[in-house]
Parts: sequence; structure tokens; C-alpha cells
Amino acid sequence: MSVPKNLKYAKSHEWVRVEGDTAVVGISDHAQRELTDIVYVELPPVGDRIEASKECAVVESVKAASDIYSPVTGDVVAVNEELSRTPELVNQDPYGKGWIFKVKMSDLPELGELMTPNDYAAHIGA
Amino acid sequence: MSLQQTPLHAAHVALGAKMVPFGGWDMPVQYAGILAEHLAVRQHVGLFDISHMGEFLVAGPTAETTLNRLFTNDVHKVAVGQAQYTLMCNATGGIIDDLILYRTAPNEFLLIVNAGNIATDFAWISQYITVNNQSDQTAALALQGPHARQILDPGLAPFHVVRQAVFGKNCWVARTGYTGEDGYEILCDNADAVFLWNEFLKRGATPCGLGARDTLRLEACLPLHGHDITGDTTPVEAGLNRFIAFDKGDFTGRDVLLQQRDHGAARKLVAFQMTAAKCPPPRQHYPVLDAGRKIGEVTSGTQSPTLGCGIGLGYVEAGSAAVGTKIEIEVRGKLFPAIIAKKPLYKRGT
Repeated sequence: MSVPKNLKYAKSHEWVRVEGDTAVVGISDHAQRELTDIVYVELPPVGDRIEASKECAVVESVKAASDIYSPVTGDVVAVNEELSRTPELVNQDPYGKGWIFKVKMSDLPELGELMTPNDYAAHIGA
Repeated sequence: MSLQQTPLHAAHVALGAKMVPFGGWDMPVQYAGILAEHLAVRQHVGLFDISHMGEFLVAGPTAETTLNRLFTNDVHKVAVGQAQYTLMCNATGGIIDDLILYRTAPNEFLLIVNAGNIATDFAWISQYITVNNQSDQTAALALQGPHARQILDPGLAPFHVVRQAVFGKNCWVARTGYTGEDGYEILCDNADAVFLWNEFLKRGATPCGLGARDTLRLEACLPLHGHDITGDTTPVEAGLNRFIAFDKGDFTGRDVLLQQRDHGAARKLVAFQMTAAKCPPPRQHYPVLDAGRKIGEVTSGTQSPTLGCGIGLGYVEAGSAAVGTKIEIEVRGKLFPAIIAKKPLYKRGT
């Protein structure tokens, strides 16, 4: 199970890559393995205000729909439109081409509440 | 309530299965993944643990006439060695369970019932005749797919059953299934389950979980009790008239079913396909609309691996139930287009 060292993680299995005041968000390798066979991703509208720990997107596998919770607060500045056509990118490349949305953060200290790679690895028993 | 385990539980865990609760049992939902397992069954051969299902033996000189008053299909038409799909209804025509009946001897019947309904069915049938509940000592495997006969060929016609040794173990082998493919269901003693499971895997069968079982049966439009058919829906509403023998004499629920057949049921169970290029898969309880007006609800839905689109079953008002009717499915407040399609959505060889 891959847990890259350059990312921060939420307990609900989203990852964050910090690029200045922007957070790139996706779901972890562990999460995509648990969900498997992702067939649809409902993206948040660009411009939407989203809050940390609130649901803001939906990832659907064959079996079930799962909410994605934003790890940070801010405005959605970009979404991965590729996922509308090829949702399986979330399975194939969860930390790369499978990114889901980007948020311009309004509360940078919130990042301190996310888990380190080591803590997240322990959280999933990896 | 703690979950029950089949004799194959440890084998599933060893294969890396993801286990989930189903009908009171801890069952494998998938091993490698639902899509891969689904395709294995459609193209090659898959192996399912269905030991959670219930097995009842009912025997004696009154067995046929008693069962014929409890079930909708005609038991009298089932010869020794034949199987029949049938329904057990309550007095108002609601479906207590759907089951497969095998006549194993002139006066002996084996009934395969849904795992979640074992206690209810046992109590219901026991009011009328002695039921020998074999569920706790019986395991069951389903070997399904176009290549099933390369692994096991008991020389059986579809919907027939035979007592036969399989790799040296005494089994009931039936040419039945719940996937829309050719294949077999094999009943054995609990003690032989792991041996047989491994023999089938060694010969190339892909282990498949309940996730693939659900997508396969839904493409074939086989209803799932507790979802598409329940104690509050009737076989006529569910479009299962061909399994109701109205001419055989009285049986529980007949009055209501006859009334619905002759005067029309208010709602019908239909199959539908999503028509937009990319849209979320339909799920149970999503509203179904016709020109903006709610006409029913989804009872089962998924993304069809074979058709590449969302599919589902649901009850809609009879006036909107015709094949070809354009409908909408409401998903999280948004409407997505769909069309009522002919059942089954998948037929083998197509």
C-alpha cells in the first residue's frame, strides 16, 4: 500500500498536496483499493466554497457511492475533468492523474490537523 | 447478532477476499475486483460460495399437495430429477420468498431458500408439514460460466438435478444458477466444501464474490428478495406470471394474484438502462420520474460491466411501464435520463 511521504492525509482517506496556498486533493491508494472499480466521480463545481470535513464530492464504485470530504476549507479553483470520461484513473493513479479537485485554502493552519504519512500508515494498519 | 461463517470462510480470507455482512453471514463481496470477476463468469467460469443459502427437505405422501398449496408454480409438473423456480406468497399475494424446488424422489423435495429468509420460511412451511432443515450441515458452490462444463459435466439438462460423486464426494448437482450463464450449483456436506472449492479453483475457475453475483443477476434481471421482491410486492407486479400456475387449484395468495392478473396491477417491476454517456449508477431507493412526476423507485441498480452503462430494476406506475418509455432517475437531486428496456438486459450468447 503506497503512502507517499510528500502528502498530508485525512482520517477519511483523502490526501492533500500543498502547492503554495492551493491544496490538491485526491483519495489514498488504500481508499481506492477498498472501493475498487470506480465507475463515476461527481466533482464539486468550480467556484464552490467548501469546508473542512464536509462532503464535497462523490466517488462511485460498482457496489456503492462514497462521499469525499474536503480536508481543507476554501474555494474550489479546479477539478479533474478527465475523471468524467475516465473515472478509473482514481484506481490506476490515485496520487497522480487521479487527483480530484484543487482548493485555494482560506485557513492554512488547518493543515496542521491533518495526518503525517507515518500517522496515516498506522491509521490504515500499513 | 454475530455473523455466521460458511465452511469456506478461512479459504476466502486466505484468498484476500473483502468480507461483508449479508443475510446474517460474513461473506466475500469480492476478491480481485467485481469487474474482473463479472467478466470471468461471462467469458470463462467463476466459482461462488453460496453456502449461506438454506436447504430444506420436505418428504412424505402429502408433500406434493402441501407444497402445491404453498407455492405459486405447479409442483405436480416437476418430475424426479427436475428443478423449478417458484414463489411462496402470503395471503395477500406478497412474496415471502422465492426459491428453487428440486424433486429428489417421488415423494421428496429439496428446497433452496434465501439465506436471510431461512427462519421465516422454516416457520411458515412448518405450519403445514414437517421440514427437515439441512442448512447447518450443507455447503453449496455455484460454478458458473460458458466454460463450467469443461470442469464438471454431469450430463444434465438445464434445470435438472442429480445425486452424483464430484471428485469423489457425494453431492447434489443441479444445472441452475443466478448469473444468466450456463453452470451448476453443487450441494455437499460442510466437511467436503473446502476440498471441492480447491478442486474447482485448480481447474481454472475464478473465485467470485457477492458483488459480481449481484451485477450478473441484475443484468439477467433475476430479482433479489428483500429488494426487488418483498412481502409487500406480488409476483404479478414483479412480472413473474410464468411462475404462477393459476390453473392448478387453490394456493396461498391466489385470489389477489388472479385479481391483479385480470384487472391489472397498479405498479410493475421494470428494467431500465441509463442513456446519458456518463452518469452515476442507479441505486436502491432513487426516485424514478416520468416527465418530472415521480412514478416509482429503484429497487436494485448498478453499473453494468457488460453493457457499460447504469442499469436497474424498479417499480413504476403501470401506465408508465411500457418498454421504450423514457424516464428519469433522480440522483442526489439531479435528474438523469433512462429508458425502460426489455427484460432480461443480458441474455447469454448475445
